[in-house]
Amino acid sequence: MKPIIPNEIQEYLDQHANKEVYIHLETTTGAYNAHQNENSMTVVAFIRNAKFRYSLAKITGFGPFRVGLKMEEGWTYAEGLTDFTVDEQNRLILAGHHPDGKLAIALQISTVPFPS
Amino acid sequence: MSEHVLVVLPHPDDESFGVAGLIALKRKAGVPVTYACGTLGEMGRNMGSPLFANRETLPLIRKRELQDACRAMGVTDLRMLGMRDKTLEFEDIDLFADRIEAIIQEVKPTLIVTFYPDHGVHPDHDATGRAVIHALKRMPAEERPVTYCLAITKNREDVLGAPNVILDIREVAETKMEALKAHRSQTEGLIRQMEEDFKKGVPQVMNWFETETYWHYQWNE
Repeated sequence: MKPIIPNEIQEYLDQHANKEVYIHLETTTGAYNAHQNENSMTVVAFIRNAKFRYSLAKITGFGPFRVGLKMEEGWTYAEGLTDFTVDEQNRLILAGHHPDGKLAIALQISTVPFPS
Repeated sequence: MSEHVLVVLPHPDDESFGVAGLIALKRKAGVPVTYACGTLGEMGRNMGSPLFANRETLPLIRKRELQDACRAMGVTDLRMLGMRDKTLEFEDIDLFADRIEAIIQEVKPTLIVTFYPDHGVHPDHDATGRAVIHALKRMPAEERPVTYCLAITKNREDVLGAPNVILDIREVAETKMEALKAHRSQTEGLIRQMEEDFKKGVPQVMNWFETETYWHYQWNE
């Protein structure tokens, strides 16, 4: 992973517009959040291998970044993205990390399913 | 019957935090230990500082760390059950229990260690404990191996009473530290803090390497 370079992300997003893609979208406080701090709720959500097609996609912001994917009948959105990689399988792995390296949000795009 | 320990926990590192002392003591005494680990901690949050993992590479890294930790503790038989982190409570409990039962039938453990259902804090911990108890409840009571449960909720003693087993692990403290260190992606920051506290003699951290506590499962509940 390396700090986000918006142009590289935008290029990937454009290349995959109007194609069938698999999404992994996730955000998490960590499962022990409420155990460690009773005033705080544990909140975790993820969806893996949601299959869809977006017609328009943009990365915006000045860091941390936001990504919005416009779908035929809705939107997919992620905020707080800091780091990325395009891996050897040409999957776009976007993540937002706390300064200590803990993952807070992930948005990933692939043309083939992620391992279940 | 010859002794055999079976540890059933969901995440790589659960065993090092909770059971490394017991495992190391048993191995010192020549007792074989089977560890069935439910997942590869696919949804862990620690990606390293500086970053060295991402959501897709993490399972591969944690698999290697799990194997390293098992080597450090001298686990003789590691079973990776291949389920996915954060999903265990949604699995079919009968099928989950079937897999545990198959291992029980095969290795014939004299002692089983798992999480105390409802006292594991993490839903995967509770689901794993529940599946183990579910499997054991199918067996005649007199055939069930001794069952030690880890309980980590804040109200554990209010609900369960005092722990039944208080294990002095000081002679294998170093092994426990090595096992924890093997889980680098999860424990690096923690161990840095721990080593500082250890030097200062902070009681809470000292306790980690001195004692492990377990509760017998209360079958009649």
